[in-house]
Amino acid sequence: MLDVIGLRASAGDTEILRGISLKVNPGEVHAIMGPNGSGKSTLAQVLAGHPAYEVSGGRVLFEGRDLLELEPEERAQAGVFLAFQYPVEIPGVTNAYFLRAAYNALRKARGLDEVDPMDFLDILEQKLKIVEWEPDIMSRAVNAGFSGGEKKRNEILQLAVLEPKLGILDETDSGLDIDALRIVAAGVNRLRSPERAFIVVTHYQRLLNHIVPDVVHVLVNGRIAKSGGKELALELEARGYDWVEEEAGVA
Amino acid sequence: MTGTYVREFEAFAGNGGAEGPAWLPRVRRAAIDRFAAVGFPTTRDEEWRFTPVAPIAQTEFRPAGPGAVTRAALGPFLFGHAEWPRIVFVNGKFAPELSVLSTLPGGVRLDNLASALRTDGELLERHLTRHARPETTPFAALNTAFMRDGALVYVPPGIALEQPVHLLFVTSPDAGGTVAHPRNLVVVERGARASVVESYVSLADGARYFTNAVTEVVSGEDAWTEHTRIQRESERAYHVGLTHVDQARGSHYRSFTLAMGGAIARHNLHVRLNAPGIETLMYGLYLTRGEQVVDNHTAIYHDNPNCNSWEVYKGVLDDRSRAVFNGKVFVKPEGQKTDAKQTNRNLLLSSAAKVDTKPQLEIFADDVKCTHGATVGFLDPLGLFYLRSRGIPTQTARKILTYAFAAEVVDEVALAPVREELNRLLLARLGHLE
Repeated sequence: MLDVIGLRASAGDTEILRGISLKVNPGEVHAIMGPNGSGKSTLAQVLAGHPAYEVSGGRVLFEGRDLLELEPEERAQAGVFLAFQYPVEIPGVTNAYFLRAAYNALRKARGLDEVDPMDFLDILEQKLKIVEWEPDIMSRAVNAGFSGGEKKRNEILQLAVLEPKLGILDETDSGLDIDALRIVAAGVNRLRSPERAFIVVTHYQRLLNHIVPDVVHVLVNGRIAKSGGKELALELEARGYDWVEEEAGVA
Repeated sequence: MTGTYVREFEAFAGNGGAEGPAWLPRVRRAAIDRFAAVGFPTTRDEEWRFTPVAPIAQTEFRPAGPGAVTRAALGPFLFGHAEWPRIVFVNGKFAPELSVLSTLPGGVRLDNLASALRTDGELLERHLTRHARPETTPFAALNTAFMRDGALVYVPPGIALEQPVHLLFVTSPDAGGTVAHPRNLVVVERGARASVVESYVSLADGARYFTNAVTEVVSGEDAWTEHTRIQRESERAYHVGLTHVDQARGSHYRSFTLAMGGAIARHNLHVRLNAPGIETLMYGLYLTRGEQVVDNHTAIYHDNPNCNSWEVYKGVLDDRSRAVFNGKVFVKPEGQKTDAKQTNRNLLLSSAAKVDTKPQLEIFADDVKCTHGATVGFLDPLGLFYLRSRGIPTQTARKILTYAFAAEVVDEVALAPVREELNRLLLARLGHLE
């Protein structure tokens, strides 16, 4: 599904990703872990087309298409979804309007008819259950004045509505209390399917107790220093990142 | 062209300009003398520094004549219910066949000024030109000298108008090269409630004409008044307007000003708080494109204690257009416990657009809360990326964010049908969202 080959990217003059290669198959969950500044959030944002980063080398194929050639909206239309670490507040636009606009934009791009507000409400009702939310959240402005936990839940709600093929969660666990973490993780688990893959970027192992990964990658200094199964996350939790950094010869 | 107007005044005063109550010719004469003395402003005048009115001053406009406008042609400018009271003026002249005056509750007057001057001389003498003074601006002097028609709205004490009253000024397709001086008086008496919509619209797209309007609003004790001013003249036309509001004790006045037309458009909104316990809300939205220059000057006079004023003006500027905002807050030594807040926010859709914004606070009382803030910026790139990352195309994402910016201030309009109409205008201007 996703084939990242020698990806390099920089912000301004600073190279952050220094040759990342990674293969994700349908149905798989890959965790990307690593110390602060290792480039794991950058990887997530570059895959979604964040304008702050410039790709300086490598390729990314998504279902055979050159992902890096696509605009952010085209990536979304192709089935890539990034759950933001810091979701953006948009005063003046209701959650309902925003979600329907996105839902219809995806349908339109795929040659399907748009749905009207009433039909959309029915779809929404089902999806709200996934994040254990009441419909009144839909009349609030997008993320405006939301708590940290509400913002993250809103990202998962969007993911549930837009049904991407690849969901990328960028530190979705940061700033969550244990209840919000449980809701968010349960939501993601309900959305797991043999056709859908996830990349879960996280600093801590605790999220991976809830969303159990198939593969764990450790990023150090813009490169994947180590890959393994879910037990690698436990080892990192117990031993920290120093030993991986030493192995990678950077500490 | 100052001399031309003065000569025209002599001709006007000689034939019919002298009609009406006995006090009026003196008022007109004083106004034209004032105008002859000061002439048109230039950019050397502080009050007109960023708004060059030379194209207005240097054009010889003819007085507007009658124009033919059909009921069907008004369609795009009406809103709410077809039977709601409205008074229509074509090229500044009352058009009874287009107006709906029959649906007003008892005692409420909605009339045209030209006929009210014959029948209501006493009411008009008490108010007309007493609030918006000819000295305020040279254009107000010119309006006072030449005013012939406009709307009179009178709401007696204790009467609550359920429906908005629409004052609709239309320019006909053949009115290029003409000038009109509409003059309105709105009196909302003690304890009364009214919502007045004042629109300036054009069927003469692309025509260069000049509207020079003055509106006086008198808000009685404990009165509630909502005043919506919609300026959507031809984008080649010139529009200058002065609204002066006098508020009595305990009254609530809220204004919403939409400016989207005119090659050069200037509006002054002046509100005087004549007693304690007054509340004033001033909202504004300007949408400019092409080479438009749109200028809003507001002034609020906190002459008395315990009054609150709240002001938010927002602008969306595209292409090479320019906007000017100047907001004055004057607090007299008597104005203790004043709570005044002023905000001006501007969104630039093009790097060639320009804004001159100037808050001006002059405070002579020591126990007050007065704040102001002004911002000028582009669409938030992170916000755009967020929308695009959900599959929304760039152009749509830009429209959504622009709409959201502007709609926030439209949401403050109290009457739902008026708010919905403003929303519709906003969407039409920004290009419909998906």
